[in-house]
Amino acid sequence: MAVIVKHNLILRVVAKFIIPLIFLFALYVQFHGDFGPGGGFQAGVIFSAAIILYALVFGADKAKRVITPYVLRLLASLGVLIYAGTGVATIVLGGNFLEYGVLASSQVAGQHLGILVIELGVGITVMSVMLIIFFAFAERGQAVLSSNAESEQE
Amino acid sequence: MIDNIVDITLLSFLVILALAIIRMRSLFAVVMLFSGFSFLSAGLFVVMDAADVAFTEAAVGAGISSVLMLATLALTYSSKNADKEEKPTTHKPWLPLSVVVITGALLIYGTYDLPSFGDPEAPSQLHVAPYYLENSMPETGVPNVVTAVLASYRGFDTLGEVTVIFTAGIAVLLLIGGRRRVKPNVKKNGGDREA
Repeated sequence: MAVIVKHNLILRVVAKFIIPLIFLFALYVQFHGDFGPGGGFQAGVIFSAAIILYALVFGADKAKRVITPYVLRLLASLGVLIYAGTGVATIVLGGNFLEYGVLASSQVAGQHLGILVIELGVGITVMSVMLIIFFAFAERGQAVLSSNAESEQE
Repeated sequence: MIDNIVDITLLSFLVILALAIIRMRSLFAVVMLFSGFSFLSAGLFVVMDAADVAFTEAAVGAGISSVLMLATLALTYSSKNADKEEKPTTHKPWLPLSVVVITGALLIYGTYDLPSFGDPEAPSQLHVAPYYLENSMPETGVPNVVTAVLASYRGFDTLGEVTVIFTAGIAVLLLIGGRRRVKPNVKKNGGDREA
């Protein structure tokens, strides 16, 4: 992947301009999913797309400094934990598994809170898994390329 | 009327793209055309008022999977085939062609028994759909019925889906993750030597 990175000035400028907008749109999709189309899954994919764009333009190593693989693995598990943890919390509060009504004073408020929290869990897991997969491919690609270069030198 | 024109335009573009994908030999171009195909399908979903599905198709089908296919192309790089041409087929296409044609004809024949698009008497509209449409707003207070069904009524299913994605991530990490070095003599397989 690192070989692709050259002096692409227009690409760099446009990417720098567009990446914050993609982040903003991802957050909108994440937290506006109750009212418009979208939700955690789409938001996670869009969020990871912004970081993948950064990695494609500036190189995977720089992107890994922004968000390290270790943090990504933690986040991927954290999302599932948030989701399942919400279910356990509703049991502790006296409801069934994932029965959000017991989370707040009224049924509708509890549903709102529950849906917001589990969508956040979905978004975090999807975002980090997409990046984990992308970085795994990019890393292996670098290994293959460097071993190619070594064997050509021999 | 305008819907029909949009439908016909999108579907004919899909057919043109599919034919182009079949005829194209360059794998890089095929990946980009696949991405366009996904994006056109997303447009079709929008026309059918399935905004959530269109969203997912545009983000995952046209975006992420194209990036992953490009990454796979970069992974399978070999200096012998630097422009990433598809290998010429060695087998006769007649048996697969006849299987595909017969299956396709049967599927098209099957669509005559399906209820027409948006039919209020269709079985899928009579089961739990009316309950969701009537009760999701008073019960959950969420205006988007798709989100209400996905996150609340079918919350357990969605938990399963998230677990599937998590498992996929773990599987990829186990298969190609980590900082293993590829040994040069292992990487050069027999096929490369002969060519």
